[in-house]
Amino acid sequence: MNKQITVTVNGTQHTLEVEPRLLLVHLIREVLNLTGTHIGCDTTSCGACTILMDGKSIKSCTVLAVQANGKAISTVEGLAPEGGPLHPLQEGFKENHGLHCGFCTPGMLMRATELLADNPNPTEEEIRWGISGNLCRCTGYNNIVKAIEYASAKMRGVPTASTEPEFV
Amino acid sequence: MIAQSFQYESPGTIQEAISLLQKYGDDAKILSGGHSLLPMMKLRLASPEYLIDINNIPGLSHINEDNGVVKIGGLTRESEVEHSDLLKKYFPIFGDVTKLIADPQVRNRGTVGGNLAHGDAANDHPAVMMAVNATVMATGPDGEREIPIDEFFFGFYQTALQPTDILTEIRIPIPPKGTGSAYHKLERKVGDYATAGVAVQLTLDANGNCSNIGIGLTNVNPIPLRAARSEEVLKGKPLTEENIALAAQYASEDCSPSADLRGSVEYKRAMVGVLVKRMIHKAVERAKA
Repeated sequence: MNKQITVTVNGTQHTLEVEPRLLLVHLIREVLNLTGTHIGCDTTSCGACTILMDGKSIKSCTVLAVQANGKAISTVEGLAPEGGPLHPLQEGFKENHGLHCGFCTPGMLMRATELLADNPNPTEEEIRWGISGNLCRCTGYNNIVKAIEYASAKMRGVPTASTEPEFV
Repeated sequence: MIAQSFQYESPGTIQEAISLLQKYGDDAKILSGGHSLLPMMKLRLASPEYLIDINNIPGLSHINEDNGVVKIGGLTRESEVEHSDLLKKYFPIFGDVTKLIADPQVRNRGTVGGNLAHGDAANDHPAVMMAVNATVMATGPDGEREIPIDEFFFGFYQTALQPTDILTEIRIPIPPKGTGSAYHKLERKVGDYATAGVAVQLTLDANGNCSNIGIGLTNVNPIPLRAARSEEVLKGKPLTEENIALAAQYASEDCSPSADLRGSVEYKRAMVGVLVKRMIHKAVERAKA
């Protein structure tokens, strides 16, 4: 039996009929056509499907769409305004070569959004623990950490550093 | 992966949820954080006909102190436990354990109640709750009842909870001054199940002897295990290296791990011994701080 739900995604409210077994990530990608959120492992491991639900980062492959009823969802598409400047995290990833193939990037960005909201000035160790639920198949973690440090500095209004890519 | 079809119910009160559980019986499962149940449903290892989502019931999510006891609501998220100042004050062990449970996103959803109610000896909270001597509160058609943690785990994925019960709260006695606690699990990578895990809470008396101790073991037995013989050898005794070594030896002998990709039986037993020693030392350090 389908259920009616109302969800707000990136500020836009949607009222939809969904099958209870529909996963939130499928609602986002296939019903709302927001394909920035990726499906990697589909087993709660890789973090590619990370989105924010009421400000909390969650893996949308392991939450039912019906559970998002009444909630506010943020996806990578909502980080920067249409045609506007990049979000500091997006800018940090661009400036510090925080992405290689880009598959993990939307999940990394959304996870880092909550990380910096909770802890605006994290240490390198706190960043590494903070993204421990997100796998980068290119193993580009060093540059991802620098990208998040860049965004942290920018959001706190202190000078930022762009670096040459680090290959390890 | 898509789960088999089910009917979804989202009751607004505990009474309503219990009525639904009475109506649907064994065909229903309770959906709490969903981070054990939904993966099992996606893999079709579980196919309940009815899912009773308790996430919209108010009053199940809290951490507070009441008359010498810390009460943790059944629906309290792991991330709330991780950052609770109250738990940090009395039970540093919860800071140790939550950091090692899965990853930040999973901890934003996963609940302490679910971690226990799942009845999985590979989960981390059972051993911790044994070490701190917790009591589980279950609410069913006849009201609320107390289940001591030592009577909670029965068998493989089996607990004392009846199909019509909801795990509503966990109660932990606040220990006296001079108490320290610690947890560690050996894991291959972040978020893995334990190769072996050990939880310790101990209290030192004025002479520095161990007046009370709880030791729980993770993922080295078919059901969560209290290292009773290890506790016995230390209770009321001085914490000499000799006594600690004996406690470690007993724990490694009394558990019953199975060989898997995480290691052989011998390796796991050896790691239990190492971790028992380390966690006792860490708990002593904290008790003295």
